[in-house]
Amino acid sequence: MTENIIEVRDLVKHYPVTQGVVFKKTVGQVKAVDGVSFGLRAGETLGVVGESGCGKSTLARVLMNLERPTAGSVVYKGQDISKLSGGALRRLRRQIQLVMQDPYTSLNPRMTVGDLIGEPFEIHPEVAPKGSRRAKVRELLDLVGLNPEHINRYPHQFSGGQRQRIGIARALALRPEVIVCDEPVSALDVSIQAQVMNLLEKLQGEFGLSYVFIAHDLSVVRHLSDRVAVMYLGKIVEIGTEDEIYERPTHPYTQALLSAVPVPDPTQRNNKTIIRLTGDVPSPISPPSGCRFRTRCWKAQDVCAEQVPLLEIRPGSDHPSACHFAEKRQIVPSHEAA
Amino acid sequence: MSDILVSEQSAPGTGGSGRPSGRLLEVEDLRVEFRTRDGVAKVINGVTYHVDAGETLAVLGESGSGKSVTAQTIMGILDTPPGFVTGGQVRFHGKDMLRMSNEERRRIRGEGIAMVFQDALSALNPVFTVGFQIAEQFRVRRGMGRTEAKKRAIEMLDQVKIPNAKGRFNNYPHQFSGGMRQRAMIAMSLALDPEVLIADEPTTALDVTVQAQIMDLLAELQRERQMGMILITHDLGVVADVADRIAVMYAGRIVEEADVFDLYAKPAHPYTIGLIDSIPRMDEKGQQLRTIKGLPPNLMNIPPGCPFNPRCPMAQPVCREKLPPLLQVGTARASACHFAEELVNRD
Repeated sequence: MTENIIEVRDLVKHYPVTQGVVFKKTVGQVKAVDGVSFGLRAGETLGVVGESGCGKSTLARVLMNLERPTAGSVVYKGQDISKLSGGALRRLRRQIQLVMQDPYTSLNPRMTVGDLIGEPFEIHPEVAPKGSRRAKVRELLDLVGLNPEHINRYPHQFSGGQRQRIGIARALALRPEVIVCDEPVSALDVSIQAQVMNLLEKLQGEFGLSYVFIAHDLSVVRHLSDRVAVMYLGKIVEIGTEDEIYERPTHPYTQALLSAVPVPDPTQRNNKTIIRLTGDVPSPISPPSGCRFRTRCWKAQDVCAEQVPLLEIRPGSDHPSACHFAEKRQIVPSHEAA
Repeated sequence: MSDILVSEQSAPGTGGSGRPSGRLLEVEDLRVEFRTRDGVAKVINGVTYHVDAGETLAVLGESGSGKSVTAQTIMGILDTPPGFVTGGQVRFHGKDMLRMSNEERRRIRGEGIAMVFQDALSALNPVFTVGFQIAEQFRVRRGMGRTEAKKRAIEMLDQVKIPNAKGRFNNYPHQFSGGMRQRAMIAMSLALDPEVLIADEPTTALDVTVQAQIMDLLAELQRERQMGMILITHDLGVVADVADRIAVMYAGRIVEEADVFDLYAKPAHPYTIGLIDSIPRMDEKGQQLRTIKGLPPNLMNIPPGCPFNPRCPMAQPVCREKLPPLLQVGTARASACHFAEELVNRD
C-alpha cells in the first residue's frame, strides 16, 4: 500500500450561529464537518460525494487551511497543516492547490489571463524568477489546451469551459502535489464537462498529482475516482474503492443515492432498483441523535437513535460503513465499458 | 438565402403549414431573434415540434441552444425587446397563438398551457404566502370565494405530496426547502388543470435524491391527468427515465427528433452521438470519455451550412455549403444531417 500524502483525523468544523446585533451571543453551532477521518494516497483521486449541506465544500476549505478546524488535524507529510502559520504555511500552500466550482466568479475580471496565471509566482517567487514568468504562463496555457497567444485576453473573452481551464492552469502553476477540486465541472455543459474531465485525468498522469475530487454528480465521481467517500450531514457514512462503493454499497444512504441517479439508458427503466428517500436533509444545527441518517432510513431501529454507528468494516463487507445494519446490495447494474 | 431551405423541413407527423391537424400543441418553423446593442442574435432558427395529450416530449440541448426561449415564446413571456418573433406559428388546438389577442392568450395561460420554472425561489413571490399564491388563481380565474379557494389550494398542496398541507398554507416561500418549493410551484402550475405542462429544467437546482422525488411526482401527475408534457433539460439521464420522444436542439434548430429508445440505441445525428459519448456513466467501468471538440457557435455569427460542421467529426465539403433540413429517416424519426441515412443504417 502506498503511503498517505494527507492524513485527516477526526476533523471537526463548527460555525457559530449568533443572535443579537451589539451583544452577540452564540445560540448554536452549524456542525458542517463533524468528525471526518480519511487518508489521501499519493497519485490517487479520492472522490467525495454528498448532497448540498453535507459539508463537502467546508471539508475542502479546511483541507486548504482557508478555515481553521474546530478540532482534529490535517497532516501533510508529517506536518499538521491546521497549526501552521506565516512562512511555513505559505510554503505548504504551494503543495496544495484548489480548483473552484464557478469559473465565472473565481477569476478577477480586471486581470488578464497572463496576470491571473502568473499571480501565484508573485507570492512564491522562488518557483519562477521574474524573467521567465511569461514563458511559464504560455507553457501552462498550452498544457491546459488554451492558445498561448491569448495571454493578454480577459476572462470574459473565454467560454465557461475555457475559464475552468484557466483556473486549472492557475492551480498547476506552482507544481503542487495535491489539487482539491470543488465541483470543477458542475457549472459546465455536458460536451464541455467531458473535455475538462479528460484534461484533469491527463494532468494527473503527467505530474503524478493527487486529487481530492468533490462533486455531487455520482457519475462524474465514478469516472475520475480511485476511491470514494460518501458524506451525509458532516460525516463520512461509507468509504471504499470505486468498485466497493458503486457495486457493493452497504450503507442505506449510499444505496438510496445511487438509486436516485438517472441512468442515460431508457432500456434500464424497468430493471432498476428504486429506493426513494422521503423528506429533506435535517438541519446541521441540530442533527438527529445516534445515526444522522435514521430519520430518512427505512432500516432504522431503536439502536440507531441511541448509538452513533462507527465507520468501520462490518461483517460480510470489505470496506468501512457507518451503519448498524450494513448490508451489501447491488443497485447499479454495472458492466465493463465496451 | 440559405433560410429558404428550412421551410421545406417537416418533422415526422406534422401537418402541413397552417392547417389544423388535431394536435394539442405544435410549434412550426418558429424563428426568434434577439436584437441587442452588439448585433442580432438568431436564437431560434426554424423550430418545429409538437406534443399530444398524455405524451412527454423532452427538448434536450446545452446552454444557448434555444430550448428555453422556445418555451418562453409558447407561453408568451418572451421579453420584447430584445426578443422578437420573426416567423412561424405556435398552434394550440390548431389555433395560432402568435396571432391571438392578449386577452385570448391570457385565457390559455394556466388553463391551457402552464409552466414550471427551474428556480422556484425566484419564480415564487417572496412577500406572499405559498397558499395565497395558489389560491389567487382560483379566486381570479374561477371566481371562487376566499374559503373555497383556500380549500382548493390545500387540495393542490396535498396532491403534490407536501406533508401537512394545511399547516403549510400560510408559509412563505423562504420557509420551504428547495424540493418543497418546487412541489409548491408544480401545485401552482397545475391548479387550473392545464392540458400542456412545460417543465423548464425543473430539477436542475436540486440534489439527486430530491430530483428523483420531483421527477416521479411529475410523471405521476402527467399520467393521472393525461397532460402533454414538454420537459426541457440538458440531462440525458433524466430524459432516458421519463421521455416518450426527444427533440435535440443545437444553435436554435432541432437537429434530431426520435422515439427515446431509438435515439439512445442509434442516434442519427453526429451531435447526438457526441453528447451520448461524452457523458460519464455510473454503470460503466473504465469508460473512455469521447468529447465534442470546440464550442457551440456564436448566435450572432452562425457558420454557413450545417451549424454543427466546425465541430463535426464527419464533416464533408457539402456540410459547409448546404444547411441540412430536418428530414424523416426510417420510420418515425428525423435528423438534420446530410449523412443521416448512413448513420441510421450503420451496424
